[in-house]
Amino acid sequence: MMSEAAVEEAVGAKVDSQPPVKMQGRMVCVYYGDSQALYDVNLDIRKNQVTALIGPSGCGKSTFLRCLNRMNDTIDTCQVKGSITLDGGDIYDASVDVVELRARVGMVFQKPNPFPKSIYENIAYGPRIHGLARTKSEFDEIVETSLRKAGLFEEVKDRLTSPGTGLSGGQQQRLCIARAIAVSPEVILMDEPCSALDPIATAKVEELIDELRQNFTIVIVTHSMQQAARVSQRTAMFHLGNLVEEGDTDKMFTNPDDQRTQDYITGRFG
Amino acid sequence: MTDESNQASLAAHIVTSYDEDLQYLVRRIAEMGGVAERMLEEAVVSLVNSDPALSQKVISDDLLLDDAERQIGEKAVLIIAKRQPMAADLRDVIGAIRIAADLERVGDMAKNIAKRVLAVQGMAQPKKLVRGLDHLAELALTQLKEVLDAYSQRSAEMANSIRERDDEIDAIYTSLFRELLTYMMEDPRNITACTHLLFCAKNIERIGDHATNIAEVVYYIATGDQLVNDRPKDDETATVGAGD
Repeated sequence: MMSEAAVEEAVGAKVDSQPPVKMQGRMVCVYYGDSQALYDVNLDIRKNQVTALIGPSGCGKSTFLRCLNRMNDTIDTCQVKGSITLDGGDIYDASVDVVELRARVGMVFQKPNPFPKSIYENIAYGPRIHGLARTKSEFDEIVETSLRKAGLFEEVKDRLTSPGTGLSGGQQQRLCIARAIAVSPEVILMDEPCSALDPIATAKVEELIDELRQNFTIVIVTHSMQQAARVSQRTAMFHLGNLVEEGDTDKMFTNPDDQRTQDYITGRFG
Repeated sequence: MTDESNQASLAAHIVTSYDEDLQYLVRRIAEMGGVAERMLEEAVVSLVNSDPALSQKVISDDLLLDDAERQIGEKAVLIIAKRQPMAADLRDVIGAIRIAADLERVGDMAKNIAKRVLAVQGMAQPKKLVRGLDHLAELALTQLKEVLDAYSQRSAEMANSIRERDDEIDAIYTSLFRELLTYMMEDPRNITACTHLLFCAKNIERIGDHATNIAEVVYYIATGDQLVNDRPKDDETATVGAGD
């Protein structure tokens, strides 16, 4: 039996041993033209953890996610204020190469969107344009490793030359995850990655997310409360463009501090 | 979380039938509580008045609690399966399962007292002891009533004060225990009746413990935190006779 002091010390040590901060948002405000979508968001994304962003539609969670790899740059009227850092470096700094940033911070979308090319080419495309491989055997290795990490290799190894679009929805989504992994990103952003998948495919992706956490930092936007509770370690709740509450997932889903979180996760507004 | 904010969280769900499901649990727990209170009351009355007909009613009423516990358990499982309750709702459902189990045990205790009415019937029962038992039962009943009020109001404060008061029951139980021992030593012919009364007292003391358990569950439902500090305990019967 541990003494009370020893237990306290152990608990204290656990708090201190929180993984280091990988990405950090400070006073992030986002405007689409005249309308403000995010208000002064301060959020830490910790390394090798899954952070879930939850909240009702239009709350700003996807907007925040898209800020993390500057996907909002593609929208002309969108303006981002405040600072977002990756390993301490400001990702909105003028010197940052956006293409390189998006290789470090990859993204998986709601609807599986494989390129209209072979399964092999879907994976090899990224490493090729980023110059990560030269020889056929190097590409072969990247393709196999990425597909294995995405839990898809065994299912597709005999038809790598078939079109990626011919796979089932769940397989396509895992192909997109493999494609994101292929360029060795550090952070993977997922925007509703399972909303178009059946429960079995969803379970496979969730299992995959848990494994990927060993090597990557993951931020996931999801409308499924159960999914957020299952896959994440940290949860951030957004409402009307504000970050309402952020904390340990276990606590957020059993005893949240904020009334709005409580109402949202128990199905009282939304 | 304060009681106030918890009350506020009881706003309606978007899905109306979800509210109906949760209200079903609350209603059934309240019903169980009513039955358990009545059983304890009637068990002690039947003991004090040596009323075998009333004791028989208590024994058969126990089935009501057994059925209710099973039905609450089934409904709770169904709610978890269908609605995946979160936060306060989840605590409500888990709490209902636990409280139903405690109330079912209270029924068993009352039934056990009622069963002993036949055994002690016709034996001389010292008035003082019976009065002592009556007083013990009154205290347990008060605890039970108040903890059910605390449950219906989701009051952590009430639950905590009920839990603190269990030591009164323990203290009276200990003194009753000593008295019964003395009585048995005075005249061995008292042993049968006194042993039964001792078990009755023990049953009532256990009902107090179940009220305390329920208080802890109510506190958890209301706040999401578990009461961990040791509560006061004055049941010293485990050491009575050892060196005194």
